[in-house]
Amino acid sequence: MDFSFSSEAEAFRDEVRAFLAANLTEEMIEATHDGTMHIPALHQAMADRGWLAGPVPAELGGGGRSALESVILNEEMQLARAPIDAMAVTVIVAAILLEHGNDHLKRNVVPRLLDGSSLSCFGYSEPEFGSDVASAKTKAERDGDEWLINGAKMWTTMAHIADSVLLLTRTDPDVAKHKGLTFFLVPLDTPGIEIQPVPTMATERSNATFYDNVRLDDEWRVGDVNGGWAVMKTALKYERGIAGGQFPSPPVIDAAADWAHNHARPDGTKPIDDPTVREKLMRALIDVEVCRGFAYHCADLANEGVMFGVEGSMTKLFASETYKRHCRDFHDMMGAEGLLTHESPDAHLGGRIEENLRHSPVTAIYGGTSEINRNVVAEGHLGMPRAR
Amino acid sequence: MQTRLTEDELVVQDAFGTFFANESPSAVVREAEQSGGFSPNLWAGLVAMGGPGMALPGSLGGGDATLCDLAVVADTYGANLAPVPLIEHAVAARLLATIGGHDELVGALANGTPVATMALRAPVDGVTRFVPAGAVADVVLAHTDDGIVLSRSTPPSEALPNTGGLPLAHRSLDGDIVSTDHATWDRAVDEWRALTAAAYVGLGRRVIAMGVEYSRERIQFGVPIGTFQALQQGYADASTRVEGAHLLAHRAAWALEAERADASRLAGMALLFAAEAARFAADRSMQYHGGYGFSEEYDVQLYHRRATAWILQLGDPSVEYARLADAEFGPRADGEAA
Repeated sequence: MDFSFSSEAEAFRDEVRAFLAANLTEEMIEATHDGTMHIPALHQAMADRGWLAGPVPAELGGGGRSALESVILNEEMQLARAPIDAMAVTVIVAAILLEHGNDHLKRNVVPRLLDGSSLSCFGYSEPEFGSDVASAKTKAERDGDEWLINGAKMWTTMAHIADSVLLLTRTDPDVAKHKGLTFFLVPLDTPGIEIQPVPTMATERSNATFYDNVRLDDEWRVGDVNGGWAVMKTALKYERGIAGGQFPSPPVIDAAADWAHNHARPDGTKPIDDPTVREKLMRALIDVEVCRGFAYHCADLANEGVMFGVEGSMTKLFASETYKRHCRDFHDMMGAEGLLTHESPDAHLGGRIEENLRHSPVTAIYGGTSEINRNVVAEGHLGMPRAR
Repeated sequence: MQTRLTEDELVVQDAFGTFFANESPSAVVREAEQSGGFSPNLWAGLVAMGGPGMALPGSLGGGDATLCDLAVVADTYGANLAPVPLIEHAVAARLLATIGGHDELVGALANGTPVATMALRAPVDGVTRFVPAGAVADVVLAHTDDGIVLSRSTPPSEALPNTGGLPLAHRSLDGDIVSTDHATWDRAVDEWRALTAAAYVGLGRRVIAMGVEYSRERIQFGVPIGTFQALQQGYADASTRVEGAHLLAHRAAWALEAERADASRLAGMALLFAAEAARFAADRSMQYHGGYGFSEEYDVQLYHRRATAWILQLGDPSVEYARLADAEFGPRADGEAA
């Protein structure tokens, strides 16, 4: 095995670091406390460098950047605390449209997603169907040349700033659930759509979206009628393992080490001199190296054209579950001081650990819960029977 | 970047995987437990395969293989709990080759006779305790404040009775300082850490595979227990950690081979993580075997005990965490370095 980076990959990492140092400010990160985890100026600057198009395969008209460089970009952004949510989703939607979309979508939508002028979001989950997403019942029916869409979606995060939603719909209720699904890219200014905010335990907001007799031309359909599950597989391939979320912990560990070195407990001792704190910090740093191994492994498989469902699930499962533990450990370490939220001027580093503690649970839920990812590993890697 | 085994490494994996599967079935492991944790027949077979000397310089009779290749072998060795001191012998011989001036002995070690090992504890009053493979090795390398000691003596006939059925023994050191290069010793212990991490991955994968197989056969409530999500979720967690350990163990071996600055850090991390992953895997597999797993008859107990034992030859894992923390954050304010 060989874990070295090519000189091109090393140079790209240097370029990303320099870019983030020059373009990402504390004020920008501060502004995301309005609940929208997106920095428009940063997004546009990245688009201007061709970085949004980067992960999209060259044969599909994208930048053709290697999967390893995509992981490097995500890694450096997460280490620098740049929100990647809206960017990652938009790029994944562009890649899906290039793989499954028609000429209209490729010509009129994808270029705007990749040049920074348009954002998209996911519309998979519903009020009644989350992990069992293939049971989605938001209905799309033929009405002459048009489609008529009715239903509701949950967790359409970013819908309030996005121009479109990648919508999973039911087009045939009379066949096996996976075989009656169809995707559409729905412009969010289409009449009949309502977006309601869903406040969360964390700083970020999500949305519920409602579709009441929404009329769409067939040109907005993505993939075949009743071929939605193939599109879903492409979506999950990009979402788990490559597109982000492998490195949530380093900013928390940095903050914890800073606290441990520079703050005394009520008894006058410093946490960094406590062997239990040191062991927790080391364990967290080891987990980060394991995440690196997983992330680079997924990238290596992607570069080889290998479908990496199991590896993506392992990556997502491990990164999110250990991130939750790190947040818990280091929030505990700070004692009562750790309870201070971002609004408090006394909060350590703007309440970074406290904020991550509240955010961390959702990472083991969105994009496939830990339980679903364990199912993938049990079935796909260990050959155990399907069980629900 | 290649995070999958290379073609050459796959050949090594196939050869040694087949060898250990055929020559180190659990009957051999069990028999060795009754005789000090060592199988002379298996060692002879491994010598015929070129295992003990594979990662020694060709000029000294070795096979010129890399530490990465050796890590692949260590994985297959761990999967079959091979009762031979492959890792200790290989690392000790490589250390002696690095020190230089012992070409004849290194050449003999490449052929597996005598058996060599390294003491992971510093000697006190001329005795080093709990030497891995100390019950069977003629050549013992140890580390003192003055340097590396090479001791040759007849090993005791018996091992200390222990959890892992390992050939542990206390050894009196009787020999000369052969090197004052302490970094060379530290490097050798890091090789032991990385290779033992790889062995832990083999152990972890096998103990999960055994459990998954059992879960297909064992019927409870009218269905195979493998259909229950409770088992699936546990095995999936264990497998995820073991596969993470696999990537970290081989990254550590690669970093040592490439002499990268972070090699020692990665080797220490790999051992701690792999040991914990394998222990978790053995715990889950024993739990899901039910009472039979606890019985002597089933092999899962052999894996459970070795998962516990291997890392303890180096000491309390907490001390290893503390050692890494000292390197990462500097010593504690009270000056008590790990």
